[in-house]
Amino acid sequence: MARIIVSTSGKGGVGKTTTSAAFGTGLALRGHKTVIVDFDVGLRNLDLVMGCERRVVYDFVEVIQEKVPVHQALIRDKRVENLSVLAASQTRDKDALTPEGVERVLTALAEQFDYIVCDSPAGIERGAQLAMYFADDALVVTNPEVSSVRDSDRILGLLESRTRRAERNEERVRQHLVIARYDPVRVEKGEMLAVDQIQEMLAVPLLGVIPESQAVLAASNAGTPVILQDSADAGRAYDDIVARYLGEERPMRFVTAERGLLRRLFGSRA
Amino acid sequence: MNAVVPAVQQPPCTLKGTVATLSVLHVAADDIDRIEQRLRHTMAQVPGFFDGAPLLLDLAAAPATLALPALVARLRACGFVPVAVRQVPTPLAGPAEEAGLPAWPERTGAAAATPVEAPAGEAVRSAATSRVLTDPVRSGQQVHAEGDLVCLKGSSPGSELLADGNIHVYGPLRGRALAGLRGAQEARIFCQSLEAELIAIAGCYLIAEDMPGALRGQPVQIRQHEQELIIEPLVTR
Repeated sequence: MARIIVSTSGKGGVGKTTTSAAFGTGLALRGHKTVIVDFDVGLRNLDLVMGCERRVVYDFVEVIQEKVPVHQALIRDKRVENLSVLAASQTRDKDALTPEGVERVLTALAEQFDYIVCDSPAGIERGAQLAMYFADDALVVTNPEVSSVRDSDRILGLLESRTRRAERNEERVRQHLVIARYDPVRVEKGEMLAVDQIQEMLAVPLLGVIPESQAVLAASNAGTPVILQDSADAGRAYDDIVARYLGEERPMRFVTAERGLLRRLFGSRA
Repeated sequence: MNAVVPAVQQPPCTLKGTVATLSVLHVAADDIDRIEQRLRHTMAQVPGFFDGAPLLLDLAAAPATLALPALVARLRACGFVPVAVRQVPTPLAGPAEEAGLPAWPERTGAAAATPVEAPAGEAVRSAATSRVLTDPVRSGQQVHAEGDLVCLKGSSPGSELLADGNIHVYGPLRGRALAGLRGAQEARIFCQSLEAELIAIAGCYLIAEDMPGALRGQPVQIRQHEQELIIEPLVTR
């Protein structure tokens, strides 16, 4: 049985697509057959972050409309075995997504993959609701600032009420908190919310903290999921997240400011 | 790669049951000016709250001399949307029809077997109608209980807890909490940590800015006394 994971947040620009790309790649690196599906119809981005934008022939909407079978629209990753991407349509809008169509495509994907990662669009409208509707797990991506936390709170409410599991009274969607763009130095200065403050507000188990990192932007622009960069702290943080999701115990990293040698010598000036 | 395909057929409509809050206006006089004056006074306390509010007219105590169509027009001018009448005395049946208001169906059968109506101003206290929430109430969620509302995990900013009876929050209260929704002035709100955006009991309300700063973040109870909300610390041991 494939597990369906939605990467969602409510607010835009917090790192949903970065998380979808890194998380899906991380699962594939561990040998699980994984597909990442871009639900952001009309604002297609996942293909860029995954570096496959020049190989998109058919898209999600065309599969939903049964113009092509799903295997024809899947784009196999060239770097990682077991990894595929289903791109969104850029010329359509979210109304092209129908519950029946999405269900049919996900059912077809479930036959050949272990994990289906759904990259949700921002907002709480049709696209976001369909991205979460069939989910078994949710990665709720939050930034350490109040508006993002409030939007995540709203999304958590929707996960509890507007999903297939909720409507069928099944075991609830498993919720995992991912705090992205975290900067411990700014937290210490009181400019950002701290991990425990966010957890206190959202009351959801923490899966991991992704540090604010130059590497994320560079990786996105290069079309490389940041998890493939061993040298990048954000990449290592995503590796932790995948490991924890799969049941491994790993200590939380990147939560406190690391005192580098220079800073210890010259004192904190930042 | 796009082609015109027939749109997926959506059903033109769906019929669903719902429980909606409806204000009831008990009419006890035929002086329309006085009725309006009284209503405007109430409305001034909660600006905007009644804009477009659906209204059920209870005519049990209405004198036969009431000019119902004129009253309905006046209510509309005030911003209410009269939707129906109930307990219509025979002399007013004609004017009600003239005013275009249908009679509200009275409870029958199984519904009538339950205690019909609590005395005016008395909250329904049956445990059967109270609700216990074991999950946190998230931003954007609205929960209503006909009796007491018990929230075990707290509520988030942007959420709404509504109860005809009392509200108990065993966690931080961060959204809105409106107790005594149907006018029960003795309803109370209890919470472990007062961080609410708005609290109200029987229409008497207080916004965050006007709450005493010393009690924010504290365990408190809130009650209403002579149209004023009183916030008191909950003394544990």
